[in-house]
Amino acid sequence: MNSTEFEFTPEDFELVGAEKISRVDETFPSKPIWKDILARFTQNKGAVVGIIFIIIVITMAVIGPNMTGHTYDSQVIAHQNLAPRIPGIEKLGIFNGSEKMHTSTGSITQNKYISEDPSMKTGLEDIYYWFGTDVLGRDIFTRTWTGTRISLYIALVAVIVDMCFGMIYGLVSGYFGGKVDMVLQRFSEILNGIPTLVIVTLLILVFKPGLVTITLALAITGWIGMSRIARAQVLKLKEQEFILASKTLGAKNLFIIFKEILPNIFGQLIIMSMFSIPNAIFTEAFLAFIGLGVPAPLASLGSLISDAFKSFTTHPYMIIFPVIVLALIMLSFNMMADGLRDAFDPKMKEM
Amino acid sequence: MKKYIMKRVIISVITLLVILLVLFLMLEFMPGSPFNDEKLTDTQRAIINAKYGLDQPVMIRFLNYIKAMLSGDFGVSYTISKNTPITALLETRLPISLRIGGQAILIGTIIGLILGIVAAIKHNTIYDTFTTVISVLGVSLPSYVFAMALIYALGFRLKWFPLLYQMEAPLYSSIMPTISLCMFTVATVARFTRTEMLEVLGSEYMLLAESKGLNSFQLIFKHALRNALIPIITVLAPLVVGLMTGSLVIEKLFSIPGIGSLLVSAIQSNDYNVVVALTFIYSIMYIGIMLVVDILYGVIDPRIRLAKGDEHE
Repeated sequence: MNSTEFEFTPEDFELVGAEKISRVDETFPSKPIWKDILARFTQNKGAVVGIIFIIIVITMAVIGPNMTGHTYDSQVIAHQNLAPRIPGIEKLGIFNGSEKMHTSTGSITQNKYISEDPSMKTGLEDIYYWFGTDVLGRDIFTRTWTGTRISLYIALVAVIVDMCFGMIYGLVSGYFGGKVDMVLQRFSEILNGIPTLVIVTLLILVFKPGLVTITLALAITGWIGMSRIARAQVLKLKEQEFILASKTLGAKNLFIIFKEILPNIFGQLIIMSMFSIPNAIFTEAFLAFIGLGVPAPLASLGSLISDAFKSFTTHPYMIIFPVIVLALIMLSFNMMADGLRDAFDPKMKEM
Repeated sequence: MKKYIMKRVIISVITLLVILLVLFLMLEFMPGSPFNDEKLTDTQRAIINAKYGLDQPVMIRFLNYIKAMLSGDFGVSYTISKNTPITALLETRLPISLRIGGQAILIGTIIGLILGIVAAIKHNTIYDTFTTVISVLGVSLPSYVFAMALIYALGFRLKWFPLLYQMEAPLYSSIMPTISLCMFTVATVARFTRTEMLEVLGSEYMLLAESKGLNSFQLIFKHALRNALIPIITVLAPLVVGLMTGSLVIEKLFSIPGIGSLLVSAIQSNDYNVVVALTFIYSIMYIGIMLVVDILYGVIDPRIRLAKGDEHE
């Protein structure tokens, strides 16, 4: 045993005080679920960046075509193949209207706006094409944002088709089950078995290439993915007790589907429709690229890229801006959909 | 199990027949005949129609078509290369498309798996970020953007690869098409593998396997990957479809004489037989892959088989 004496003095102690013993229970105000979702969504950097880009792109699609004074189909033959030139920035040595051309013999830099000989006038000294002009002398800036309008329209169509058709199809198929389900599922399987390209091209042969045809094609094929998700969700829910309770109380089928089941799965369905947007834009850009998109002189991002591809080894600037805008739209919608999914249901898997 | 497989096979066959019927009827009601040349007189047109059997009723033509098709005879091309049997057209074109598509799906899946596994093991590191960036880019950019970037950088500026497909150098000149075609596969597979692996790695049986003293190779390949692979198999079917459509653009960009470019020109010149034959081939491939995936899924995971079997009772 240790026999050292130890004396306690008052200084060894300190007063704890009431505030240290008693713990104040913090009560958090109950948050509505959408606030929770919003909080989770805004924490996701990618999703916020996506939203910001989408807003920018939408704004530009609205005002962009009217900003330069050119229209999407106005041709000025004298202004062919002009490289991008932006006032202000041109002094930094970029976007000053000069382009470096690579050919098999070597590369040269030329500027069509200002001739090298100061005494010669090209007549283009005061002309600015922000994204340059194409081989027909049309303003790429205006055409790019006009094309963006088409992509955004396609996005809208995709969501509407998903929500109006795919959702109801899946709900009905899943809820009624049995023979109805069998028939509906086989039907969607058959439709899914036909490549989208074939459906679109058949439609184009029946109608004319254009927005109506692409819209129809999306309406025919776009809803299948959505209907599957809706069906799977309904199958999960329909055996649960609250549905049974509702049935026991005499609720009609329609009431159960739209008032009992739908509110429970709506979040997932919104996410799913967000994911179908990039797909639809992709389809349009793809169709336009193989020449089955909107007819000239209308422009969509896909057809702009397709046109510019023909001369893209000599004038790469023509292709860069439509590609960037297309990539930006696709990226932002993907990131936003990802963010929404994580916010709504962190456990939901990649669909 | 036998019952399940039988059911799937029967459904697939019916689907295929319905697809053929729909295609046939749609093509039937399309305006424009391949012989709408104004110089033809009515009698001449009637002779041509009789020659190709176009004067018979729709249903008989359809039955004849199925009969011919089952014996492997797709008929002759009307406009693209007159009177050439479609089988002859396909003979040279189909292998090229299949090979490039096969290369893309194989390479894409392997790279995607590697990226996904590495990202899951080294979660929240630079490797993980790299995989995420690749997978977001891969699903966001159409394959033709990759193709054009490759053409410009590697083909045009650096001159490493030929700009167009060359018949005499089939492997070398298909490198760029394969890379641009497989980006979507890489992205999707990497994304799925990462999520699945993360979930499996966090499960309790992995902890048990680890505490048994298994080395990390056994852990990842024998325990984690096998379970993570199940859901990945399902995404392969839609990926193949994406590859088919993607191949149309890629074949156009690189001037590959495959079935994709054939389909586009057939549609543009109203060549009924070629369109129907190619669509049939695309549909066969798609339905076949779906069937294989469904059966494979049932073999790997008995729960799916039982659940699906009940559902269709």
